[in-house]
Amino acid sequence: MLQLVLFNLTNGLIVGAFYVLMALGLSLIINLSNVVNFAHGNFLAIGGYLAFTLTPYLGFWGALLVSPFLTAIFGYIIEKLLIRHVYARNHIYSLLLTFGLGFILQDACRFIWGPSPLPLGIPDILSLPITADLFFITWYRVFMVVVVIVAVAGLFAFLRYTRVGMRIRAGTLDLDTVSALGVNVAALRSYNFAVGSFLAGLAGVLAAGQIGLNPNMGDDLIMPSFIAIIVGGVGSLTGTLLGGLLIGVASALTTVVYPAGAEAVIYIIMALVLLIRPRGLLGEEGMLT
Amino acid sequence: MSDKIRLTTPRRKFLTATAALGGLQLTSPFIIKARGETPVKIGFIDPITGSLSALAVSEVEGAKWTVEQMNKKGGILGRPVELLVEDSANDTGTGVQKAHKLIERDNVDIIMGDVNSGIAYAIMGVTSDKKVFHIVPGGHTDPITGKDCKWNTFRTCNTTAMDAAAVTGELVKRFGKKWFFITPDYAYGQTLQANFVKNLTALGGTWQGDMLPIASSDFSATLIKAKAYKPDVLLNNMGGSAQINCMKQFVQFGMNKDMALGGALFEIESVRSVPKEAQAGWWCMEWYWNQPDVPLVKQFVDAISPAIGGKKPTARHWMSYVSLHAARLAAETAKSLDAVKMAHALSDLELPPEVALMPGKIKYRAGDHQLMSDIFVGQVHPPGPGGPDDLFKIESTVTGEQAAGSVESTGCKITWPS
Amino acid sequence: MSTPLATAPSPAARPWRQLLIIWALLLTVPLWLPLLGGYTAMAGRVLVFALAAMSFNMLLGFTGVMSFGHAAYFGLGAYGAGLCLKFVAASTPLAMLAGTLLGGIAGTLFGLLLVRRRGVYFAMVTIAFGQVCFYIAYKWDDLTGGYDGLRGFARAPIDLGFATLDIANNGTLFYFFILLVFGLAVGLQALVLGSPFGRTLLAIRENERRARFLGLPVERHIWLSFSISCFFTALAGSLYALLNNFADPLGLNYIMSGNIVMITVMGGMRTFWGPLVGAVLFVMLQDYVSSMTTNWMFFVGMTFVLVVLFFPRGLMGMLKRKAEA
Repeated sequence: MLQLVLFNLTNGLIVGAFYVLMALGLSLIINLSNVVNFAHGNFLAIGGYLAFTLTPYLGFWGALLVSPFLTAIFGYIIEKLLIRHVYARNHIYSLLLTFGLGFILQDACRFIWGPSPLPLGIPDILSLPITADLFFITWYRVFMVVVVIVAVAGLFAFLRYTRVGMRIRAGTLDLDTVSALGVNVAALRSYNFAVGSFLAGLAGVLAAGQIGLNPNMGDDLIMPSFIAIIVGGVGSLTGTLLGGLLIGVASALTTVVYPAGAEAVIYIIMALVLLIRPRGLLGEEGMLT
Repeated sequence: MSDKIRLTTPRRKFLTATAALGGLQLTSPFIIKARGETPVKIGFIDPITGSLSALAVSEVEGAKWTVEQMNKKGGILGRPVELLVEDSANDTGTGVQKAHKLIERDNVDIIMGDVNSGIAYAIMGVTSDKKVFHIVPGGHTDPITGKDCKWNTFRTCNTTAMDAAAVTGELVKRFGKKWFFITPDYAYGQTLQANFVKNLTALGGTWQGDMLPIASSDFSATLIKAKAYKPDVLLNNMGGSAQINCMKQFVQFGMNKDMALGGALFEIESVRSVPKEAQAGWWCMEWYWNQPDVPLVKQFVDAISPAIGGKKPTARHWMSYVSLHAARLAAETAKSLDAVKMAHALSDLELPPEVALMPGKIKYRAGDHQLMSDIFVGQVHPPGPGGPDDLFKIESTVTGEQAAGSVESTGCKITWPS
Repeated sequence: MSTPLATAPSPAARPWRQLLIIWALLLTVPLWLPLLGGYTAMAGRVLVFALAAMSFNMLLGFTGVMSFGHAAYFGLGAYGAGLCLKFVAASTPLAMLAGTLLGGIAGTLFGLLLVRRRGVYFAMVTIAFGQVCFYIAYKWDDLTGGYDGLRGFARAPIDLGFATLDIANNGTLFYFFILLVFGLAVGLQALVLGSPFGRTLLAIRENERRARFLGLPVERHIWLSFSISCFFTALAGSLYALLNNFADPLGLNYIMSGNIVMITVMGGMRTFWGPLVGAVLFVMLQDYVSSMTTNWMFFVGMTFVLVVLFFPRGLMGMLKRKAEA
């Protein structure tokens, strides 16, 4: 029994790490720009599909490196073309815009790559389990966790030590003052969106290696991201990090005792958080009005 | 916040375009036009967009080709056939709406659909109300020809009872009686597992299983459990992407060395999209293109292949083909397009070999309107010498009647309109 | 350039002409719709979505609160009606009552959790709640039929004592039934919005802080507005179940919510009749485009984007602007 619990705990951390990657990108965008990017799941899909197209030329590693950057550029363009128009307006418009954008992107994926599921080839060594006992931990999963850790560390370092990062953090707290201090807020938002898209693209490549590609792969993943953000607290990246891990682990541990309830427990946690501590575990009061 | 709405040129152009779009509403939708006198209209509703789209696209391809061929040979009752394809988008409300549209606005004579069983039910409600002849080519859930059967509805693909009965014997014989199930937690999955369990326990077998959410992508927890149980066979009842992911992870964890893998359906559309190592296991196919003992099959395969991109047809293409020809035969036997007469005519009507394309003599059983087709049990393998679609080896064939059980056991009681 | 403040004319003061035109069109639908390539079931669908969107608009357009999970109450209304018809009694009015209560009460209770939140966070939580309902609907399959949806019920003819309305088999009669319910509901909404309560909602929409300084119990008003909106949306949902003889989990999820929002915005979210116009446009667009091409998602998504960027006031909003200019 203990072995089963340990197995599932490890598994939960792996799944949670993935949720974290997704949710962080979404959280970045929400925190600075107050835009809930409904199309985030579709950016993830695009990241995966781009990797699929690049793999024959660059191999898996090359695709893994290049695809998120391409996704980031794509996100930057989308932000400049479409999203920047709705910042000044009622929030409902940004929700609708990204919602519609999601539809367009999903259909674009269907159109370009076809409706059938596609596999993303991963290097053979990654497909092997790490030991015979821990047969369910393949090297690919370990790799995923490593990538997530590097990405998260990179993100926090970026936010803490680079100028752009500092401005983003400041902008999250008080965008007007940042603007008054002479920072180009429009450019800041664009970079922020690009970083968020980068994370989504990266998540997409990792996901594709695990579950393959299909046009609506993002749809199922976006809900756990929302919940991770709500549970962790809107406005706090560390909160999102904790939120993602929490729901990943909770879900996995529930599978031990009651597999059919693995999804339900995520919602139950969210409901509990809303009831007991509405701003989320690490959220700050009044972060988002 | 000032939003000046100026009717600038781009806006004007857009409005004009929209008006034109509205005007175009007067024209008919997506149709295979047929020349000649009043055509026989067949409405085909399928989830062309959404998670089942790969299967739906195959069905629609098969249907379009079949109608073209039919029209070359004089159509139905001497009249050309017009196929109207509508997308149910994997949403019941839309499916019902399209059914209304096809029946009320387009006045179709026959309705076909849907791959999604829930939508197939909902459409059955509409067609039986409006007394329209309805064939379900590829929706699998049992009650369609079971406890919810209707006089006007026929079903081409198998029931879960049939699939389970066909496969169980072979799996027990080859591998053993201790099984582990991975099943999606909804009506189709539950009935499938229940039917497997029924057949397995009849042979003295034992089992354990997990019910998982339909769209699961991570199976480690349940595979860990399975490995601990040490079964002879692991049954993968999942569908779509979930099935594919389960297969991949099963192989990744090296479990294919410890136990056999099997299940009911692993459709060619899905087999094509898994990596080679996961192209394995013992399954049943409702139809397969490579039947060396049945010469008419090769003719069909060679004829349709160019129209579907050079690939070989799958069971889904065949389901459309059989359904459309069955409708034609029903109309020609009844000499009418009246739904009641057609339904009576099709009951127990034996389909000719060039329609059946399989060894046995197949027909839609009168008691429950279920097609008693042969079921091919065999092994999926990576592409062989026959080409990229050479993915399955038929090991045994079970007839529909053998697998289906009696009409009473399905719970179907058909009440005909007076 | 200031936008007109709380001077959205109360629906009661609306020009007679507009009302007359709208009702004339609605009452004669069975006559002219088939000529345009429509069919009566489509008209029923338009009305149901219009009612849902108008109910939602009470919250969005008139109170300024953004719920992006309204499909939850719509779907609960549908399930309530279906479950009642299936398990309790074959009575259409009872089913409608059951559905309305189920969705309305759920919304009222949920609203209590929400009232302190605003803006994007509020929207996110409403989305999450919607998904919870979706999840319950497809998980509790013994009761709800799960993923396959709730079936095995049909709308029952209504026995008025002196006559029986056979809405089960007569499509045109059912359309008029929906129209009747629609009319009553919409009339009620107009009364609510034209009352002092409705005026207060407008005040809250325009400037919440000022309303608070005036001593208005802002949270209570928002909660009441949310609650009323949910009751009406659930009514629309119960009609939807009657229309399809079916209720399924997809009526609850965030895509349906998004559609409701879109319909409202497309028609004009600060106008009373806007959502009706939006529903007409949306249903026609969806119906038509999905027959023409399998890439309909692209067109629907493009419509959303274009409306947001170029027609944020919606069709009715634009017409109103031109009339005022």
